[in-house]
Amino acid sequence: MGLQGYLIVSTLLFGIGAFGFLARRNAILMLICIELMLNAVNLSLIAFNAYLPGSSNAGAIFALLVMAVAAAEATVGLALVIAIIRTRQTPEVDEYSDLKD
Amino acid sequence: MLAVGVIGGGLLVVTLRNIIHSAIAMMVCFGSLAGMYALLGAPIVAAAQVLIYIGAISVLILFAIMLTQAGDANLPSPFHRQVWLAALTALLIIGLIGWAVIQTDWQAAATTVAVSVSAIATALFTDYALPFEVLSLLLLVAIIGAIYLARRPEEDEEANR
Repeated sequence: MGLQGYLIVSTLLFGIGAFGFLARRNAILMLICIELMLNAVNLSLIAFNAYLPGSSNAGAIFALLVMAVAAAEATVGLALVIAIIRTRQTPEVDEYSDLKD
Repeated sequence: MLAVGVIGGGLLVVTLRNIIHSAIAMMVCFGSLAGMYALLGAPIVAAAQVLIYIGAISVLILFAIMLTQAGDANLPSPFHRQVWLAALTALLIIGLIGWAVIQTDWQAAATTVAVSVSAIATALFTDYALPFEVLSLLLLVAIIGAIYLARRPEEDEEANR
Protein backbone atom coordinates (compact mmCIF):
# COMPACT_ATOMS: atom_id res chain seq x y z
CA MET A 1 0.00 0.00 0.00
CA GLY A 2 2.97 2.31 0.49
CA LEU A 3 3.55 5.31 2.69
CA GLN A 4 0.91 7.43 0.96
CA GLY A 5 -1.78 4.81 1.49
CA TYR A 6 -1.14 4.72 5.22
CA LEU A 7 -1.07 8.50 5.41
CA ILE A 8 -4.40 8.74 3.58
CA VAL A 9 -5.98 6.23 5.94
CA SER A 10 -4.61 8.26 8.83
CA THR A 11 -6.02 11.48 7.34
CA LEU A 12 -9.45 9.92 6.87
CA LEU A 13 -9.47 8.60 10.43
CA PHE A 14 -8.49 12.01 11.78
CA GLY A 15 -11.25 13.66 9.77
CA ILE A 16 -13.82 11.16 11.02
CA GLY A 17 -12.69 11.80 14.57
CA ALA A 18 -12.90 15.57 14.12
CA PHE A 19 -16.38 15.26 12.63
CA GLY A 20 -17.57 13.07 15.48
CA PHE A 21 -16.11 15.40 18.07
CA LEU A 22 -17.85 18.41 16.56
CA ALA A 23 -21.14 16.77 15.64
CA ARG A 24 -22.08 14.24 18.31
CA ARG A 25 -23.97 15.32 21.41
CA ASN A 26 -22.84 12.61 23.84
CA ALA A 27 -19.92 13.62 26.06
CA ILE A 28 -18.46 10.09 26.24
CA LEU A 29 -18.61 9.76 22.48
CA MET A 30 -16.69 12.99 22.14
CA LEU A 31 -13.93 11.40 24.23
CA ILE A 32 -13.98 8.33 21.96
CA CYS A 33 -13.54 10.64 18.98
CA ILE A 34 -10.52 12.24 20.63
CA GLU A 35 -9.06 8.73 20.93
CA LEU A 36 -9.74 8.19 17.22
CA MET A 37 -7.82 11.34 16.34
CA LEU A 38 -4.89 10.36 18.58
CA ASN A 39 -4.81 6.95 16.90
CA ALA A 40 -4.73 8.58 13.48
CA VAL A 41 -1.67 10.55 14.51
CA ASN A 42 -0.09 7.37 15.89
CA LEU A 43 -0.67 5.59 12.58
CA SER A 44 1.10 8.33 10.65
CA LEU A 45 3.99 8.30 13.13
CA ILE A 46 4.44 4.55 12.74
CA ALA A 47 4.16 4.78 8.96
CA PHE A 48 6.84 7.48 8.81
CA ASN A 49 9.02 5.43 11.12
CA ALA A 50 8.71 2.38 8.89
CA TYR A 51 9.17 4.03 5.50
CA LEU A 52 11.68 6.80 6.17
CA PRO A 53 14.97 5.19 7.16
CA GLY A 54 17.41 6.90 9.46
CA SER A 55 14.79 8.16 11.86
CA SER A 56 16.37 6.13 14.71
CA ASN A 57 12.97 4.73 15.75
CA ALA A 58 11.73 8.09 17.01
CA GLY A 59 8.32 7.46 15.47
CA ALA A 60 7.70 4.23 17.36
CA ILE A 61 8.81 5.77 20.64
CA PHE A 62 6.64 8.84 20.10
CA ALA A 63 3.70 6.55 19.37
CA LEU A 64 4.26 4.74 22.67
CA LEU A 65 4.46 8.07 24.52
CA VAL A 66 1.27 9.27 22.82
CA MET A 67 -0.49 6.08 23.94
CA ALA A 68 0.47 6.69 27.57
CA VAL A 69 -0.69 10.31 27.38
CA ALA A 70 -3.93 9.13 25.76
CA ALA A 71 -4.50 6.72 28.62
CA ALA A 72 -4.03 9.52 31.15
CA GLU A 73 -6.31 11.79 29.15
CA ALA A 74 -9.03 9.15 28.91
CA THR A 75 -8.88 8.52 32.66
CA VAL A 76 -9.22 12.15 33.67
CA GLY A 77 -11.68 12.93 30.89
CA LEU A 78 -14.01 10.10 31.83
CA ALA A 79 -13.81 11.07 35.50
CA LEU A 80 -14.80 14.62 34.56
CA VAL A 81 -17.64 13.41 32.35
CA ILE A 82 -18.97 11.13 35.08
CA ALA A 83 -18.82 13.99 37.59
CA ILE A 84 -20.69 16.29 35.17
CA ILE A 85 -23.31 13.64 34.37
CA ARG A 86 -23.82 13.04 38.07
CA THR A 87 -24.66 16.69 38.69
CA ARG A 88 -26.57 17.44 35.47
CA GLN A 89 -28.23 14.03 34.97
CA THR A 90 -27.61 14.04 31.21
CA PRO A 91 -24.71 13.15 28.92
CA GLU A 92 -25.84 15.52 26.18
CA VAL A 93 -23.35 18.35 25.90
CA ASP A 94 -25.80 20.90 24.51
CA GLU A 95 -27.76 20.70 27.76
CA TYR A 96 -24.78 22.16 29.61
CA SER A 97 -25.79 25.75 28.94
CA ASP A 98 -25.57 27.40 32.35
CA LEU A 99 -23.09 30.00 31.21
CA LYS A 100 -25.25 30.88 28.22
CA ASP A 101 -28.47 31.50 30.15
CA MET B 1 -8.51 -5.01 4.33
CA LEU B 2 -7.23 -3.53 7.56
CA ALA B 3 -7.82 -0.07 6.13
CA VAL B 4 -11.46 -1.03 5.60
CA GLY B 5 -11.60 -2.08 9.25
CA VAL B 6 -10.09 1.19 10.41
CA ILE B 7 -12.18 3.53 8.28
CA GLY B 8 -15.39 1.51 8.56
CA GLY B 9 -14.98 1.21 12.31
CA GLY B 10 -14.39 4.95 12.58
CA LEU B 11 -17.44 5.75 10.48
CA LEU B 12 -19.59 3.41 12.57
CA VAL B 13 -18.31 5.08 15.74
CA VAL B 14 -19.54 8.49 14.69
CA THR B 15 -22.78 7.42 13.04
CA LEU B 16 -24.24 4.70 15.25
CA ARG B 17 -27.09 5.85 17.44
CA ASN B 18 -26.45 3.56 20.41
CA ILE B 19 -23.29 4.57 22.21
CA ILE B 20 -22.48 1.00 23.31
CA HIS B 21 -22.42 -0.06 19.67
CA SER B 22 -20.13 2.89 19.01
CA ALA B 23 -17.73 1.64 21.65
CA ILE B 24 -17.70 -1.85 20.07
CA ALA B 25 -17.01 -0.30 16.66
CA MET B 26 -14.17 1.64 18.29
CA MET B 27 -12.66 -1.66 19.44
CA VAL B 28 -12.86 -3.00 15.86
CA CYS B 29 -11.14 0.14 14.62
CA PHE B 30 -8.35 -0.11 17.20
CA GLY B 31 -7.85 -3.81 16.49
CA SER B 32 -7.40 -3.12 12.79
CA LEU B 33 -4.92 -0.39 13.70
CA ALA B 34 -2.95 -2.89 15.76
CA GLY B 35 -2.79 -5.14 12.70
CA MET B 36 -1.50 -2.21 10.65
CA TYR B 37 1.24 -1.53 13.20
CA ALA B 38 2.29 -5.18 13.02
CA LEU B 39 2.40 -4.95 9.21
CA LEU B 40 4.52 -1.80 9.46
CA GLY B 41 7.15 -3.71 11.39
CA ALA B 42 6.45 -2.35 14.85
CA PRO B 43 5.25 -5.38 16.83
CA ILE B 44 5.90 -3.76 20.19
CA VAL B 45 3.60 -0.86 19.31
CA ALA B 46 0.99 -3.33 18.08
CA ALA B 47 1.20 -5.15 21.41
CA ALA B 48 0.91 -1.87 23.29
CA GLN B 49 -2.10 -0.94 21.15
CA VAL B 50 -3.85 -4.20 22.02
CA LEU B 51 -3.00 -3.88 25.71
CA ILE B 52 -3.70 -0.19 26.22
CA TYR B 53 -6.46 0.63 23.77
CA ILE B 54 -8.40 -2.59 23.35
CA GLY B 55 -7.65 -3.81 26.85
CA ALA B 56 -7.69 -0.74 29.06
CA ILE B 57 -9.27 2.28 27.40
CA SER B 58 -12.14 0.39 25.78
CA VAL B 59 -13.04 -1.28 29.05
CA LEU B 60 -12.82 2.08 30.83
CA ILE B 61 -15.13 3.66 28.28
CA LEU B 62 -17.57 0.76 28.44
CA PHE B 63 -17.64 1.07 32.24
CA ALA B 64 -18.32 4.79 31.96
CA ILE B 65 -21.16 4.11 29.53
CA MET B 66 -22.68 1.49 31.80
CA LEU B 67 -22.41 3.87 34.77
CA THR B 68 -24.07 6.75 33.00
CA GLN B 69 -26.76 5.16 30.86
CA ALA B 70 -29.76 4.82 33.14
CA GLY B 71 -31.67 2.06 31.38
CA ASP B 72 -32.23 2.19 27.65
CA ALA B 73 -32.84 5.86 27.14
CA ASN B 74 -35.20 6.79 24.34
CA LEU B 75 -32.47 7.87 22.01
CA PRO B 76 -32.87 11.33 20.57
CA SER B 77 -31.00 12.54 17.54
CA PRO B 78 -27.33 11.88 18.19
CA PHE B 79 -26.16 14.96 16.34
CA HIS B 80 -25.98 18.64 17.17
CA ARG B 81 -27.75 21.30 15.18
CA GLN B 82 -24.31 22.22 13.86
CA VAL B 83 -23.82 18.85 12.14
CA TRP B 84 -23.46 20.34 8.66
CA LEU B 85 -20.90 22.84 9.85
CA ALA B 86 -19.02 19.97 11.51
CA ALA B 87 -19.13 17.88 8.33
CA LEU B 88 -17.84 20.83 6.33
CA THR B 89 -14.98 21.38 8.77
CA ALA B 90 -14.05 17.70 8.75
CA LEU B 91 -14.10 17.56 4.95
CA LEU B 92 -11.94 20.68 4.86
CA ILE B 93 -9.42 19.04 7.21
CA ILE B 94 -9.40 15.82 5.16
CA GLY B 95 -9.02 17.79 1.94
CA LEU B 96 -6.15 19.93 3.21
CA ILE B 97 -4.14 17.13 4.76
CA GLY B 98 -4.92 14.74 1.91
CA TRP B 99 -3.84 17.32 -0.64
CA ALA B 100 -0.59 17.87 1.25
CA VAL B 101 0.00 14.11 1.47
CA ILE B 102 -0.57 13.58 -2.24
CA GLN B 103 1.40 16.61 -3.35
CA THR B 104 4.48 15.92 -1.28
CA ASP B 105 7.20 13.78 -2.74
CA TRP B 106 8.01 11.51 0.19
CA GLN B 107 11.39 10.04 -0.48
CA ALA B 108 10.17 6.87 1.06
CA ALA B 109 11.95 3.58 1.03
CA ALA B 110 10.24 0.97 -1.07
CA THR B 111 10.12 -1.53 1.74
CA THR B 112 9.41 -1.11 5.40
CA VAL B 113 12.14 -1.23 7.98
CA ALA B 114 11.27 -3.40 10.94
CA VAL B 115 11.82 -1.99 14.41
CA SER B 116 13.48 -4.33 16.83
CA VAL B 117 12.22 -4.36 20.39
CA SER B 118 15.70 -4.07 21.86
CA ALA B 119 16.43 -0.96 19.77
CA ILE B 120 13.28 0.68 21.11
CA ALA B 121 14.12 -0.31 24.67
CA THR B 122 17.64 1.08 24.38
CA ALA B 123 16.45 4.37 22.92
CA LEU B 124 13.63 4.68 25.46
CA PHE B 125 15.94 4.37 28.45
CA THR B 126 18.83 6.42 27.10
CA ASP B 127 17.85 9.19 24.68
CA TYR B 128 14.24 9.38 25.83
CA ALA B 129 14.77 8.79 29.55
CA LEU B 130 13.52 12.25 30.55
CA PRO B 131 10.22 12.04 28.61
CA PHE B 132 9.78 8.57 30.07
CA GLU B 133 10.11 9.86 33.64
CA VAL B 134 7.89 12.87 32.97
CA LEU B 135 5.30 10.48 31.57
CA SER B 136 5.36 8.38 34.72
CA LEU B 137 4.75 11.53 36.77
CA LEU B 138 1.89 12.47 34.44
CA LEU B 139 0.28 9.06 34.93
CA LEU B 140 0.54 9.41 38.71
CA VAL B 141 -1.08 12.84 38.56
CA ALA B 142 -3.81 11.48 36.29
CA ILE B 143 -4.58 8.65 38.71
CA ILE B 144 -4.83 11.04 41.66
CA GLY B 145 -6.93 13.49 39.65
CA ALA B 146 -9.31 10.80 38.46
CA ILE B 147 -9.83 9.48 41.97
CA TYR B 148 -10.44 13.00 43.26
CA LEU B 149 -12.92 13.83 40.51
CA ALA B 150 -14.84 10.58 40.54
CA ARG B 151 -15.57 10.23 44.23
CA ARG B 152 -18.93 11.38 45.53
CA PRO B 153 -18.67 14.61 47.52
CA GLU B 154 -21.27 13.59 50.13
CA GLU B 155 -19.23 10.54 51.12
CA ASP B 156 -16.33 12.85 51.80
CA GLU B 157 -18.45 15.07 54.03
CA GLU B 158 -19.67 12.08 56.00
CA ALA B 159 -16.10 10.87 56.42
CA ASN B 160 -15.15 14.25 57.87
CA ARG B 161 -17.82 14.14 60.55
